[in-house]
Amino acid sequence: MRVRIEKRLLPSRWMTLSVPILSLALALLVIAFVFWGYGVSPLLAYKRIFLGAFGSLYGLSETIVKAIPLMICGVGLAIAFKALVWNIGAEGQLLMGAVAATWVALYVIPDAPAAVLLPCMFMAGFLGGAIWGFIPGILKAKLKANEVITSLMMVYIASELVNYLVYGPWKGAEEWGFPYTSKFPSSAQLPRLLGTRIHYPTLILALLLAVLVYVLMMRTKLGYEIRVTGENPEAARYAGMSYFKTVVLVMLISGGLAGLAGVGEVAGIHYRLRYPQGISPGYGFTAIIVAWLGRLNPLAVIPTSLLFGGLLVGGDAIQVALGLPVATINIFNGVILFFVLGGELLTRYRITLERREK
Amino acid sequence: MILEFIAAALKAAIPAGTPLLFGTLGEIYAERSGVLNLGVEGMMIMGAVTGFGVTLATGNVWLGIALAAMAGGLLALIHAFLSITLRANQVVSGLALTMFGLGMSGMLGKRYIGTPLPYRLRVAPIPLLKDIPFLGPILFQHDPLVYLSVLLVPLLWFVLFKTRAGISVRSVGEAPATADALGVNVFLVRYLCVFLGGVLAGLGGAYLSVVYVPAWIEGMTAGAGWIVIALTIFAMWSPGRALIGAYLFGAVKVLQYRLQPLGVSPNLLNMLPFIFTIIVLLAGTGEVMRKRIGAPSALSIPYAREEK
Repeated sequence: MRVRIEKRLLPSRWMTLSVPILSLALALLVIAFVFWGYGVSPLLAYKRIFLGAFGSLYGLSETIVKAIPLMICGVGLAIAFKALVWNIGAEGQLLMGAVAATWVALYVIPDAPAAVLLPCMFMAGFLGGAIWGFIPGILKAKLKANEVITSLMMVYIASELVNYLVYGPWKGAEEWGFPYTSKFPSSAQLPRLLGTRIHYPTLILALLLAVLVYVLMMRTKLGYEIRVTGENPEAARYAGMSYFKTVVLVMLISGGLAGLAGVGEVAGIHYRLRYPQGISPGYGFTAIIVAWLGRLNPLAVIPTSLLFGGLLVGGDAIQVALGLPVATINIFNGVILFFVLGGELLTRYRITLERREK
Repeated sequence: MILEFIAAALKAAIPAGTPLLFGTLGEIYAERSGVLNLGVEGMMIMGAVTGFGVTLATGNVWLGIALAAMAGGLLALIHAFLSITLRANQVVSGLALTMFGLGMSGMLGKRYIGTPLPYRLRVAPIPLLKDIPFLGPILFQHDPLVYLSVLLVPLLWFVLFKTRAGISVRSVGEAPATADALGVNVFLVRYLCVFLGGVLAGLGGAYLSVVYVPAWIEGMTAGAGWIVIALTIFAMWSPGRALIGAYLFGAVKVLQYRLQPLGVSPNLLNMLPFIFTIIVLLAGTGEVMRKRIGAPSALSIPYAREEK
């Protein structure tokens, strides 16, 4: 017997939908064994995760709360990854968006009315994230520096910068020694859906962005250039498309979007800048999987971000209930990504078993 | 006084850079064979938790270190399977490996948090050499793993550039189809190189948790695995330069500790290694381009036999 792997000409529509779902199911099965090995009943763990995330109105609202930054970051990363630009630094870009928004809210125009202040915060946040994405982008486009490393190093730098600010110059006077800035003025706080933490303006923004980016990618010249650059850089160069422009642009956009997610967190949830893990439990990293599981389709990022939002909420629930460490969520991220990657083979290639001749 | 300070700093830079040296040597082999493994951070941290756990349970430091190397190697095989056999995207697969390693180590290591390690790897000064004035204490009064990592440098250089096996590794990374036609088993060579990369990353992690710190702290590699990726480029895929790069980072880390009492913000100091990583990456990339050496040509491109 021999395994043959042949390239499929066109993956069927049925497969592009069913394979990610099957991959996800297999990943959850493998993680069940991890729970079991740790001495936690997998059935109980999954039940808790599911009920924690979707079983109550509160859980459901928290799932949406956590899906908001994942969706915004995931949509941005889908653009970058489509051009085969590996922006791994959404986490840092998110933090810089939060820093920029905080700066505007507390130090630049704290007395402005909400109708002025909030849009300014979002604009500043976009800029903050975009600058943080621009640096790896320009280093890649100009000097061929590996963007995986540079964008990731920028995460560590952003994280230390936030620490420096909240422990140092921006530390609030009335925060009892906590590493927080002062609370934002009420005009810098986003409204929430009654009784929940859903800051709906950001949610609407996230959904709008998903649709907008979908249109950008599918219907505009820029979107076409991004896709061609990713699929066939040689052809893109041949057709006169500027590699430099594409790389820098996708880093600016994906960085800027991550920055917007950061604004949502400080203006909608915390009303202040806090230590980095307090603002984001790794939204920028989880968004990588959100984008990939959505096969880099901005519209598909909507359901995948809800799924991972639920996983984060459910993960919190089992940490408390079953005494699992915070890092457990990373096991989900890793294993799901393994299986999604493996599953892609099924859509791209046809695998047949054949008898060896002779 | 100044001289003593410099001597102490240099002596401290070597063990501080040793985990990076192990990791970089391994990644050099993986990348030379054409496989980019961004999972170094995950393999290192799994090595760290395995080394600590096994040493604590058995009281045998060497057994702990050996199993840590195995753990790194096993984890690397996941990446090998996905990227070599299934031809998956190597960037994403490596990222998945890092996430998985961070998560798994956090879960396995939860019970070790705050536990001291009563077993140590003793410092083994080398007779005669240790008595050389100034250099003796800096270079020849370390633990056996430091010596092992240093010995690996010429050994791995020799194998890579002066033996048949090394030619196979390099040819598989440069022109896999040609190597295949000449009878080299591309898949086997790549599997072995990725496995070796994992073993060495695991060793580096164990060095951190069993010898250097020694304790288990969740996420204790703190980006070391990513620094390794940058160092591999800085080293221009050659073991000799890996040694220089790793100790340079060791020195930065020592500097970080030495500046802290002087009142510089620890958060700003913590940025140093990461800013330095970007600088080192730029320096490495620039030199690679100037000298037109280039990365292994087939780096991160899966090899498929039937697609001609």
